Amino acid sequence: MTEVWITIAGLTAATVALKAAGPLIVGGRELPDRALAVIALLAPALLTALVLTGTFTDDGELTVDARAAGLGCAAVAVALRAPLLVTVLVAAAGTAALRAVI
Amino acid sequence: MNRLAPYQAGLKAGIGFGIAALLLGVSFGVLAEPLMGPVAPVVMSVVLFSGAAQFGATAVLAAGGDAATAIAAGTMLNARFLPMGVAAAPALRGSPLRRAIEGQAVVDASWALAVQHDGGFDREVLIGATIPQYPAWVAGTVIGVLGGGAIGDPAALGLDALFPAFFLGLLAAELGRPRALPVALLGGAIALALTPVLPPGLPVLLASVASLIGLLGER
Repeated sequence: MTEVWITIAGLTAATVALKAAGPLIVGGRELPDRALAVIALLAPALLTALVLTGTFTDDGELTVDARAAGLGCAAVAVALRAPLLVTVLVAAAGTAALRAVI
Repeated sequence: MNRLAPYQAGLKAGIGFGIAALLLGVSFGVLAEPLMGPVAPVVMSVVLFSGAAQFGATAVLAAGGDAATAIAAGTMLNARFLPMGVAAAPALRGSPLRRAIEGQAVVDASWALAVQHDGGFDREVLIGATIPQYPAWVAGTVIGVLGGGAIGDPAALGLDALFPAFFLGLLAAELGRPRALPVALLGGAIALALTPVLPPGLPVLLASVASLIGLLGER
């Protein structure tokens, strides 16, 4: 259990520091236009990386499992302009359904 | 004057995010309780409030890793908050301490909503959207810890697919931006290519290199 509490304390400190670093370093300064052009495109890069690593990795290895079917269902929901909550529920249902079958 | 008015757009979106955060919190509570007992998962959600890092660090501990490895894994999973914090910084207010505290409101969904098409950032949207997610994340963890036995195996319910689907929904709202699609494809390719060779989290951080496409063209 000690390891758990050390992990909670250490990881919390690191995360607070990571979130505080940008605001402390940049302060209230305006960012240059070139930086803004990059920042405007940070979200699609990071979100795609989170989607794909969250779906196709397991324990640090690339893999394809039932989560891929769930993501496919979510993509259909997104294409039909479903609300975010519906999208995530459809993904869970699709993944669960495939796992129940195989 | 209603001081909350500027936050309402964020709050409204944040309620939807909060319901998703509640479900994710439930799955975290269910997964963490057998390893950590009932109290530690809730404390972790209260002080850390970070899904990716909590799932990642818990997986390391469950596999027999020590605290240093779990902290390193979780920290790398959260390394993206560094560039995200830089993006948010000019919009935050007050003394350095207050800016650092406001920066803690940066979580993925709120941040993605608050970044504007021109690279600017909306502080009120960020904070408004984060407010509903925090209690939802903690409450979900409590439900998961207490109800784990009744809920059963989170994988059988497909709860591990919630996380990527949540980000896919956020991504869809971004793809209308000029050049967002090539950046998304390149970022995704970088993350997948680096996954076998780097610890989890770093491929996501390095995917941010794809956003340098923003420097091309446009003089």
